[in-house]
Amino acid sequence: MSKTAIPLKDNRIIPRFDLATEILIIKSEGRSEILDKKSILLPRSSAEELCHLLLAENIDTLICGAMEEEYFEFLQWKGVDVFDSVAGAWDLAFIRWQTNQLASGDILEDRQVEGKKI
Amino acid sequence: MRPFPHIQTLMSRPLDFVQLLDEIPLGVIVLDTDRRVVHLNQHFQAITGMDIKKALGIHCGNILRSGACITNCPVLTMNGTHRSITCQSDIINMDRQKLPIQLTCAPILDTDGIITGYIETVENLTSKASRTLDQEAAYSFANIIGRCEKMASIFQTLPMLAQSETSILITGETGTGKDLVAEAIHQTSQRAAGPFIKINCGALPETLLESELFGHTKGAFTGAVENKPGRFKLAHNGTIFLTEIGDLPLALQVKLLTFLDDKVIYPLGGTKGFDANVRILAATHRNLEEMVDQGKFRKDLLFRLNVARIHLPPLREREGDIRLLLDHFFSHYTRLISKDLDGFSTDALACLMTYGYEGNIRELKNIVEYAVNVTQSPQIETQNLPAYLLDSSPSPTLPPNRIPAPKAPSPQVLRAQEKDMSPTATWSQVHREMILEALKASGGKKQAAARRLGISRSTLWRNIRKYNIQ
Repeated sequence: MSKTAIPLKDNRIIPRFDLATEILIIKSEGRSEILDKKSILLPRSSAEELCHLLLAENIDTLICGAMEEEYFEFLQWKGVDVFDSVAGAWDLAFIRWQTNQLASGDILEDRQVEGKKI
Repeated sequence: MRPFPHIQTLMSRPLDFVQLLDEIPLGVIVLDTDRRVVHLNQHFQAITGMDIKKALGIHCGNILRSGACITNCPVLTMNGTHRSITCQSDIINMDRQKLPIQLTCAPILDTDGIITGYIETVENLTSKASRTLDQEAAYSFANIIGRCEKMASIFQTLPMLAQSETSILITGETGTGKDLVAEAIHQTSQRAAGPFIKINCGALPETLLESELFGHTKGAFTGAVENKPGRFKLAHNGTIFLTEIGDLPLALQVKLLTFLDDKVIYPLGGTKGFDANVRILAATHRNLEEMVDQGKFRKDLLFRLNVARIHLPPLREREGDIRLLLDHFFSHYTRLISKDLDGFSTDALACLMTYGYEGNIRELKNIVEYAVNVTQSPQIETQNLPAYLLDSSPSPTLPPNRIPAPKAPSPQVLRAQEKDMSPTATWSQVHREMILEALKASGGKKQAAARRLGISRSTLWRNIRKYNIQ
């Protein structure tokens, strides 16, 4: 079983890890079937408290927006697989992760300028 | 490949818009009305590490990644208005570095005045954030000296008030440091990056003051040959400091009150208002409550300004602070003019400690500046102090706002009198006389004269030229 955390805002990956107050935690059977989903709401945003929460929840993978180097290094050191600077809807990012196609810096949004797809 | 956008008709040949933006030494991001990225300049790419290919057509929050985007998006805050917004925030760039930034967001209007997008500039404040402690102190409350109980309680309140957006009324006698406090409040507030505009309400006649504060439109009155923005408009996104608010004419008090209520300014002769995002700080040495009773100040304006009040105590009520301030200004002026003095003599100190200081800190500062300048002995002696200090008795309960007239001229002025000079000689006259005396005493030798005066040879040379001494 694997646990993946995705900090969210309005169902999308929040652009900043340190400003997240809502975390989606997905339990899955390896990279396949989703077994369980839960959201945790934090009373305030704090990168440090969020790191502690991820460790307390035994998270294996983190998919998030922009993150400072020190937290990135810390979580990697603690064995968390971190995909940072990811933007877009959480479900698209999760599907990409399931199919081994996700990389740090991926932007999973439709590109539009003045209402027209480009 | 993206077409190269051009600016037409501004000059005789079309201009390369991309190249124009790349020349700007700030990060610039152009957005459409849905806040999706249309263009980034090179500087933006350098700050954020995002390239245009990656960012094009994406929501700006995912590209800029600033704290303001998440907590208080400036574009949404504008809410369709035509005014710009400046705020300080931070970003995390692609190198995973957190950088302090100043973000300014403004709408882009088409020729019909319709918003067709937004332009944001990003300034990296990293170098400013790492200022030295000395520089930092100059812009913070650290520059306000005092440890008495009254000042301690002010120091506790000031940072909280600075962070708020409330109007503050600063009261206190002349020379108590109202301007310093106002500037420190601005510099430690969220508006520090914006302008700090100071207006002395007592310094301009009523007709000029209105135009100065609120601006005027072309043709509003004879001589109004062009539009003038007015100080309130210039202070947009910053702080306006109205000093001597007690001297504001009644008619303008009404206009100021209207502004405080709806935050819109109407220039003289204009019908179109401007939404000004301005914080008001006001100061006065007058008793506004008394003025309200006399019908000289509007009660409603007093209530509106008096959201928070800081009363700066006069120096005679600041027990223990006189010595602190004497030492502070002594070291300031000796450093400024590179003079090696060994403090105050016991007699001089006793005189300074018991003096009444009706002019408060300003007077104390001037006394120290004078003494440091004229002292030629190793220590500042009693005779180096302005003469009126020696003749005045301690007066701790003097009525406020009465500036004492010098009772006796200083020793230098006495010397000047001997030379048929007016007893009200200016500092320049006294200074010139001192240089002449030193030159005479040293037989015209500049090195020796400079030593006698306690200044360097080059300073003496500059002064000789300044005063045209042959």
